[in-house]
Amino acid sequence: MLNVRVIAAAIALGFAAPALAETIHVGVTISTTGPAASLGVPQRNTIALLPKEVAGQAIEYTVLDDGADSTRAVANMRKLIEENHADIILGTSTTPASLAMLTVAAETKVPMVSMSASASIIAPMDAARRWVFKVPQNDSLMADAIAAHMAAASVKTVGFIGFNDAYGDGWAKEFTRAAGEKNITITASERYARADTSVTGQVLKLLASKPDAVLIAGSGTPAALPQKTLHERGYAGKYYQTHGVANNDFLRVGGKDVEGTILPAGPILVAAQLPDSNPIKPKALEYIAKYEAANGAGSVSTFGGHAYDATILFTAAVPEALKKGKPGTAEFRAALRDAMEAQKNLVMTHGIANMSETDHNGFDTRARVMVTIQNGAWKLLP
Amino acid sequence: MDASILLILAQDGIVNGAIYALLALSLVLVFAVTRVIYVAQGEFVAFGALTYAALTEGQTPGALWLLGGLGLAGLAAGLWQGRGDHTRASILRLLAETILLPAAIIAATLILAPLKPGLITAALLSLAIITPMSPLLYRIAFQPLADAPVLVLLITAVGLHLALTGLGLVFFGPEGYRAPPFSDAMITAGPLLLPGQAIWIIAIALALMLALYAFFEATLTGKALRATAVNRLGARLVGIPTEQAGLIAFALAGFIGALSGILIVPLTTLTYDSGFTIGLRGFTAAIIGGLGSYPGAVLAALLVGLTESFASFWASAFKEVIVFTAIIPVLLWRSLRHGPTEDDE
Repeated sequence: MLNVRVIAAAIALGFAAPALAETIHVGVTISTTGPAASLGVPQRNTIALLPKEVAGQAIEYTVLDDGADSTRAVANMRKLIEENHADIILGTSTTPASLAMLTVAAETKVPMVSMSASASIIAPMDAARRWVFKVPQNDSLMADAIAAHMAAASVKTVGFIGFNDAYGDGWAKEFTRAAGEKNITITASERYARADTSVTGQVLKLLASKPDAVLIAGSGTPAALPQKTLHERGYAGKYYQTHGVANNDFLRVGGKDVEGTILPAGPILVAAQLPDSNPIKPKALEYIAKYEAANGAGSVSTFGGHAYDATILFTAAVPEALKKGKPGTAEFRAALRDAMEAQKNLVMTHGIANMSETDHNGFDTRARVMVTIQNGAWKLLP
Repeated sequence: MDASILLILAQDGIVNGAIYALLALSLVLVFAVTRVIYVAQGEFVAFGALTYAALTEGQTPGALWLLGGLGLAGLAAGLWQGRGDHTRASILRLLAETILLPAAIIAATLILAPLKPGLITAALLSLAIITPMSPLLYRIAFQPLADAPVLVLLITAVGLHLALTGLGLVFFGPEGYRAPPFSDAMITAGPLLLPGQAIWIIAIALALMLALYAFFEATLTGKALRATAVNRLGARLVGIPTEQAGLIAFALAGFIGALSGILIVPLTTLTYDSGFTIGLRGFTAAIIGGLGSYPGAVLAALLVGLTESFASFWASAFKEVIVFTAIIPVLLWRSLRHGPTEDDE
């Protein structure tokens, strides 16, 4: 009889205070399929490496794919919050989808850490963006770095060719501003599509404007095409790319054509070449070692590092948040947001973040290095 | 804009147009014989390209396992569709088509791939791997629907396209590939810079068009295909196996798709999902040509290639808009000329 009562009580207790209240639920939505799959796949692989426990609390990750589709990203986020009781959302990989998720974060009061590039996700700060953090470097930081490098190399005129999408347009805008500040003239601004088989027309237009340097704003392997065509047509100026190409597949596809290209990137790309005094170096090497142990040598990409950084940010905030409330409660989520905003000198694989009420990215110039391609490998420029 | 730029753009447009022409031809062929608008044609371009790129690097292409899987699915579909009236001979033929042939190709690839075969061997092997997928897909997806309305077939084709894109990501991964060109030669003629690959593309496209013409005019199989295209029921009445015609049409489409992919992957980076927009341009050309005329489709494809090339010079940001809206005035002109047709088959 007693036994029955004990069991009944246990069951009742079980229902009243479900065990999941003790677990921190992390909802992840990333683009493991679709046009941004080369960003989303390393991010998904990274999630598999993340700590399953922080400050004595179990962490459970639920990963969903949004295919870089804004509608699916929002649906995933609602599902993760309503069905999986997510305390925090990590994602997503692309800017348009991240922008669509903003309002859900504000409405449900669940903090979100985006892994996409555009500064528009966290600026200008408002009621919705209060709940949103972003770990990749702002485009503007990278555009400034390119413009500064060009000015130092006495480049006066630049031809621009970028993707015919949010990535290329964002760069066109940021770079026009950054170049203007350095008195660099943009002689031609062209667009091409990811799947184009030829960019001859655009390249002829670039060549006709006789620029000192060409900036190619594309991501991943398709960014090699304009450079190859420019080479074929005998362009002899400097080539600049953006950090969107910072993975080894670009080197593989680009081959000889991309030698000498200059680009800004997160320090993780050349982690081994950083001076030992750089606090980012051990963090980045730790991530690279973990990732390559699980996925094979040479498989790491900087994009996966953003997923790792997102976790560094939120796990750093967990101990503080636990003092304010239990996981699964509104208090915990609000405290998690507050604690993330209070992070200072937080070392990540891509930089060192100093969060503030107005800046939810927190990176400074330590979050980027200039890199060139030499003998088919990335080389840190002084 | 001077004469040399004009020439270079025209050359570029013709090279791209040749690829679109091949795709447009295969779309017209498949539509005429089976009434399927083969949306998934673009996937064959991507698959052929990625398989060829993997083989030239000495890797075993992921497409092998896709071929094996489709073979098994084709066997199951064939057994189910013919249940009740299978004979020993028909089952043997089914086994040969769905199991034996893919197994032979897989075995050959597994032996040859690590040896890093030459470019021609790699190209032929890629064609052998990708081409049989298309008739297998016909057997699995379209044969049971042979008498369905065009709209149902179109929806099936879209579904097939989505499924193949997903499978492409699984088997090839998210990264893009580029392959070495057939020849590194560069011919300079005045302002023109003619890469060897461009000559290969135009030569192979022309040869293929002539071969198709000869096939349809001179061979019995070709005539049977044409008869099926003209009148399905009539063709069946005179003893032409229309399902066989469908299989052949799909095999040709798969072959042309894979070949187009192999031809363009030395020029640009292709990813698992970039076939669709290339196929779409072939489709635009096929529509402009009236979806029934082979010379019309080829001319329209050249027009699409040239439009694209010149649009990319004058207004690169609006290139896609310009290329794809070109279809609207053509459709308007067609419907004004022919009036509305009640096409409910």
